Amino acid sequence: MHGLAFDIAHMLAGALVLLSLMMLYQDRLYALINVLALHALVLAMSVAWQAWVHDAPHLYITAGIALVFKAIVIPMALRRMVFQLRIHREIERVVGSGLTMLAAIALVALSLEVMLPVTEGVDPVSREDIALALSVVLIGLLMMVTRHNAVSQVAGFMSLENGIVLAATGAQGMPLVVEISVAFSVLIAFIVIGIFLFRIRERFDTVDVEALDKFRGERR
Amino acid sequence: MTALVVVACIAALLLLALAAALGARASRATPLVYGSTAVICLVAFSAALLGDDGALMLPVGLPWLGAHVRVDRLAAVFLALIDLGGAGASLYAIGYGRHEHAPHRVLPFFPAFIAGMNLVVIADDAYTFLFAWELMSLASWALVMADHRSPDSRRAGIVYLIMATFSALTLLLALGLLAATHGSYAFADMRAGELPPWRAGLVLTLALIGAGSKAGLMPLHAWLPLAHPAAPSHVSALMSGVMTKVAIYAFIRIVFDLLGPANSTWWWAVPVLTTGGTAAVLGVLHALMEHDLKRLLAYSTIENVGIVFIGLGLALAFRANAMPGAAALALTAALFHAFNHMLFKSVLFFGAGSVLVATGERNIERLGGLIRVMPVSAGCVLTACMAASALPPLNGFASEWLTFQTILVSPALPQWGLRLLVPTVGTLLALAAALAAACFVRAYGIAWLGRPRSACVDGAHEADRFSLAAMAGFAALCVLAGLFPGVVIDALSPAVQMVVGGRLQPQLGLPWLSIVPIADRSSSYNALAIFVFVFCATGMGWAALHRLGSKAVRSARLWDCGYPDLGPVTEYTAASYSQPIRRVFGPLVFRSSESVVMPPPGDMSPARISKRMHDLAWEALYQPVCDAVLALAVFFDRFQFLTIRRYLSFVFLALVGLLLALTLWQ
Repeated sequence: MHGLAFDIAHMLAGALVLLSLMMLYQDRLYALINVLALHALVLAMSVAWQAWVHDAPHLYITAGIALVFKAIVIPMALRRMVFQLRIHREIERVVGSGLTMLAAIALVALSLEVMLPVTEGVDPVSREDIALALSVVLIGLLMMVTRHNAVSQVAGFMSLENGIVLAATGAQGMPLVVEISVAFSVLIAFIVIGIFLFRIRERFDTVDVEALDKFRGERR
Repeated sequence: MTALVVVACIAALLLLALAAALGARASRATPLVYGSTAVICLVAFSAALLGDDGALMLPVGLPWLGAHVRVDRLAAVFLALIDLGGAGASLYAIGYGRHEHAPHRVLPFFPAFIAGMNLVVIADDAYTFLFAWELMSLASWALVMADHRSPDSRRAGIVYLIMATFSALTLLLALGLLAATHGSYAFADMRAGELPPWRAGLVLTLALIGAGSKAGLMPLHAWLPLAHPAAPSHVSALMSGVMTKVAIYAFIRIVFDLLGPANSTWWWAVPVLTTGGTAAVLGVLHALMEHDLKRLLAYSTIENVGIVFIGLGLALAFRANAMPGAAALALTAALFHAFNHMLFKSVLFFGAGSVLVATGERNIERLGGLIRVMPVSAGCVLTACMAASALPPLNGFASEWLTFQTILVSPALPQWGLRLLVPTVGTLLALAAALAAACFVRAYGIAWLGRPRSACVDGAHEADRFSLAAMAGFAALCVLAGLFPGVVIDALSPAVQMVVGGRLQPQLGLPWLSIVPIADRSSSYNALAIFVFVFCATGMGWAALHRLGSKAVRSARLWDCGYPDLGPVTEYTAASYSQPIRRVFGPLVFRSSESVVMPPPGDMSPARISKRMHDLAWEALYQPVCDAVLALAVFFDRFQFLTIRRYLSFVFLALVGLLLALTLWQ
């Protein structure tokens, strides 16, 4: 039984990493949002599986939050936003997607290399989870760094936050209150970012953040 | 008991600072604050003088550490010094503070400054010590910045802040090295620790740099001649007279007490003696070249700190060679000189402040003839000048004489290096003493004697009675400490006994109130006899002149020897007085050069002489550091305005880099 539990947990966390990698080369915004929703869905499944394996009922709440907010509410809102911003047909040129993918693979290797020796002696399920969660975080950060479009940056940020939640459930240490407050703060951050996106659009006719840099008159 | 009283006094001073911050603009605030400060200081002074040893643990500070305070004999000596100086400065300021333009910039920080200095001395763990040290530095910085509109003050403030941070950093490192043995920050545990020689040497170096830069040792003195004159005069007196002594205390506490005799070696004396000797000579040379009265006094402080450090270096040398008697003599000389310097430098700064109030002028080239309008101040300042020039029978002579006595014992040292070095330092000390006399003859003669050199002296008036009381009190103490040095030496001996494990023989029991520092030698000094001799000789000379001189009235003719009207321009100037000394030492010490521009034949314009002088310490030590910091700042300025993606990239790269380092390190 333990072998199977471990395998499924491992598979779900691995799927999360895979989805993060998929996000990197999505050049259409709708597709990106779909992958983000899928990402959150897999996260919810992973957390729920952890809850079942470790018999920790409070983790079901975390899973529920992930499912409702991150897999349904936020992607829908993002879709609406993209539609209202009239950028749903825009194709974002993703610079050097091959190179980015290679970098992301290196990051996964790095996080495994860092985490596995550190967490020796920990429960193997959490151990794998933490290592993979770190790679999800790093890939999310990489996405925020490489993308120009503000919506893609939001997606990167959301996937990064998913990685943090995965790590936290793996560690079994984070109290429920903290988890809920983190979830809500992400929601609020999302709202604030959404409002800002509209303001940017209103003023600059684009959500490409390079326009902001040009407006500030600074070198790149 | 003493510890409790002192802690209560510190708390009272801090509360007073708070009250002053709230009510500084009230009309009676100035005399009230200074008066209360003076009273509190006197209470702490008498507690230190009469009290006993004791330790206390206060429930403040870090939760697992608390704040340890302890009053031992060494701390009591410095407590007495600080609070006497503080009381004098407060008394002076009751009158002087009325002329303050912005009292709310001075009043809150003055009591806090004194409180900080008191707390440094009684601190018994590293955390409390450094906290108090920073309180003292910050409060004094705020006082330096009191006149923040003048660019000079602002420059002084920034240089002072940087140097204070630097000195605190080195002291932090020194105490950290000491604490590393037991992992405890309490001084009691540090004392017990045995350190490897290299680490003990490092602690000594760091303490010398940290305490020395606060005390104004060359070449870390750069802030001192800027900051001391920039502050209001009573604060200058405190900074010069008292704060430098707190730095000396820090050096004694760390090197003599915390490192302990077990860790000390003879070569430690070498850096201390060399820096002390250099500071003594270079300080007084700079003072001789200075035209600003308060800057001159600040440079003279550097000289006196150098003399104190010579005494401390000798004490280190003798203690390392297990010669407690000689070490006690050296340490007594150092502590005695620190005390004397506090007395006479306070009077000198008070006098400079009164001159500043009366004339609005600090440049001695524009003063002159003040003795006729400010006779009482002139008398006090003259006494202090004589003490600073180490003239018998005043106190400055007594302590410098003791230092010389120590130097004369040095052939008994077993190390050849020290036997060669100590007489060299003695020569430097003698040179410094002679130059100091020249310096104060110049300062007093140009500023107070002669005829007024500018119109600013015309409206001058005598200082108010509080200022005069403070000056006269300290001048009287100078005379008393000079006439009865045995009292001071005996009062210092418990502290000396505690630090070096030996003491001088009790001096008060000796016949005719002489002092005999070394029992089995014949050298002795009797200030009273010299005083009587000087008094009688002067009196007899005066009587003879008046009795034997002609009383006939003479009227002089119109063209009096070809000089019908001696205007102020014909007087000696400060620059002309110091010119011979500048000619001798200038090329070496200041890399000075003079150039004369003669008008061509037939041109009626005057010839011009101009001199150029360099501050080598600044150019060689500070300028490269300034340039490096500036270059670094310009480099990092590029990262100030980047796009948000670049910032994110930096965070990302830093994270990945650290993870990589972690992986490789494992």
